[in-house]
Order: sequence, then C-alpha cells, then structure tokens
Amino acid sequence: MIAHAIFFYVFSVIAVVSAIMVTVSKNTVHSVFFLILDFISISCLFIMIGAEFLGMIMLIVYVGAVAVLFLFVVMMLNVAQQKNQWFVSKDSSRHIPIGLLISVIIFFELIIVIGGWKYKPDLFDSAKSSLENGVSNTHSLGQVLYTDYIHVFQISGMILLIAMIGAIVLTFRQREGVKKQSYLKQISRERNEGVEVLEVASNKGVKIDD
Amino acid sequence: MIDIGLGHYLTLGAVIFSIGIIGIFLNRKNIIVILMSIELILLAVNINLVSFSIYLGDLSGQVFTLFILTVAAAEAAIGLAIIVVYFRNSGTIRVEEIDKLKG
Repeated sequence: MIAHAIFFYVFSVIAVVSAIMVTVSKNTVHSVFFLILDFISISCLFIMIGAEFLGMIMLIVYVGAVAVLFLFVVMMLNVAQQKNQWFVSKDSSRHIPIGLLISVIIFFELIIVIGGWKYKPDLFDSAKSSLENGVSNTHSLGQVLYTDYIHVFQISGMILLIAMIGAIVLTFRQREGVKKQSYLKQISRERNEGVEVLEVASNKGVKIDD
Repeated sequence: MIDIGLGHYLTLGAVIFSIGIIGIFLNRKNIIVILMSIELILLAVNINLVSFSIYLGDLSGQVFTLFILTVAAAEAAIGLAIIVVYFRNSGTIRVEEIDKLKG
C-alpha cells in the first residue's frame, strides 16, 4: 500500500509539473516534450491501477503518433524561434487574469464536487478481482468492446478514416512542373507512333531526333 | 494520505483539467500550444473515466476512454492540418494575428 502511495505521488507530481511546463514554456518544442512526459507518467498511473491495456494504448497512440505529429508540425512551420511573449504585449495580457479566474473557479467547483462524496478506501480490490478470475484486462476489454460496443467501435473507425481523408485533402497541394507517370498514356501507345522504319543508306547512317 | 483512493485520482484529473484551461487562456504565442492544452483536458477526462471504471469494477469507462482517445487523435490530425494550411496561406499562426473573421 505504501509503495502504491509513493508511486502515485511521484507520477502525479511529474504529471502536474509537466502540464504546467506545457503551458508556460517559452519554446514550443519544449512544450511538446513536456506533453510527452505528461502522457508517459499518466499512462504509468493507468498501468498501476490495473488498466494496463489503456496505459499501453496511451503510450502507443499519444507518444508514438500524436506527439510526433505535433513535433513534426512545430518543426515544419518553424515557429520554435518565435518566443512566448504574452507578458510583453499589453493587448494580450488583459486576458490572463480572466483566464486565471475562470480556471480557478472551475478547479474549486471540481474540488467541491469531488469532496462532496464519500469513497470507500479499498479502490483496488476490483482491479485484483478481474485478475483472480484468470481474465486479463485486455481480454475482458475485448469481450466488452466487440460485443456491446461494436457499433460505436465501427463508428470510431469511420471517424479515423474521415480524419485521415480530411487531413490529406486539406494539406494536398497540386504543384506545377512535376513529372508524373501516366499509365493511360503508356498503355495506349501504338506501334506506328513508337517505331519508325527507315531506309538506311550504306556508310552514311541516319539522323534521329531532329 | 497513505491510502490512495478514488478522490486522489479525481483531484489529479481536476488539477490537470484546470491547467489545460489556463493554457488556453494564457497562451498568446501560437495556436499549437492551444491544441496541446486541449489534449491535456482530454487526458484529465480520461483519468476520471479510468479511475471510476476501476473503482466501480465496470469496464464501460475504459471503453469510453478508448473512444475519447480515437476522437482526440482525429482532432489533433485535423487541427494540425488546418494549422498547416493557414500557415501556408497567411504566414503566421500567432493567436493575436489570426483575426480574419473579425471575432
């Protein structure tokens, strides 16, 4: 139990500090790295409380795909040199107190809601109980996901497909002067335009490509 | 303090959620950090869903977390594509200079 407490505090402190660093970091590349650190520590928490499939999926999807996508866009757009100047600009700094006020209000509302409940202390008995049946977390998740939630699962696949098509259509750019292979032209080429029979005079040769 | 219960995880989720909202308001530099703040908010929601799922012994929370993950990935891809197109057209993604809609 004490090991669980120590690991919880370590990972949550890392998560909160890196979340703060995501928002206040001056360099956008550093923000992306802190976002990666945040996702890693939260997925460690997930694995620790017994949702190991989600923790691993979180690592694969976020660290492997989304964070690399962010990093790619940040480096491609070359915005890393633009320093964070929200303290300098007079026009923008008036948003800061309002934002702080709103987020503090939301935080205390959430704390009031959380504190208003009474929880039983043994949170992790249910996590152990699924393992005692000999069924792992991944197995039981698959049993639920492919039966009760099969339609939602397929719709989420459609969402991913539409997102992929949309991203390609948005960023696709037709460029001039790029040579491309045209299968139709290649196939429809006839003998009379490809081959020419010439009378070659002896000792003179022919001149092609005039 | 030693007994880690559901309240600890919910508090962690609330803290990360609030930091994400602060990030949306505080950041004036570029719009990519705002997208990252939205990812933080979705992460906080995931923490809440997973901890309630473990607490109640019900797998539906983890299934919904999976779907939130899907939607977050799609949203990040589309958002970054829009940002790339906007940067190509106007040459800037600073938040205070994006005012074409006069909002």
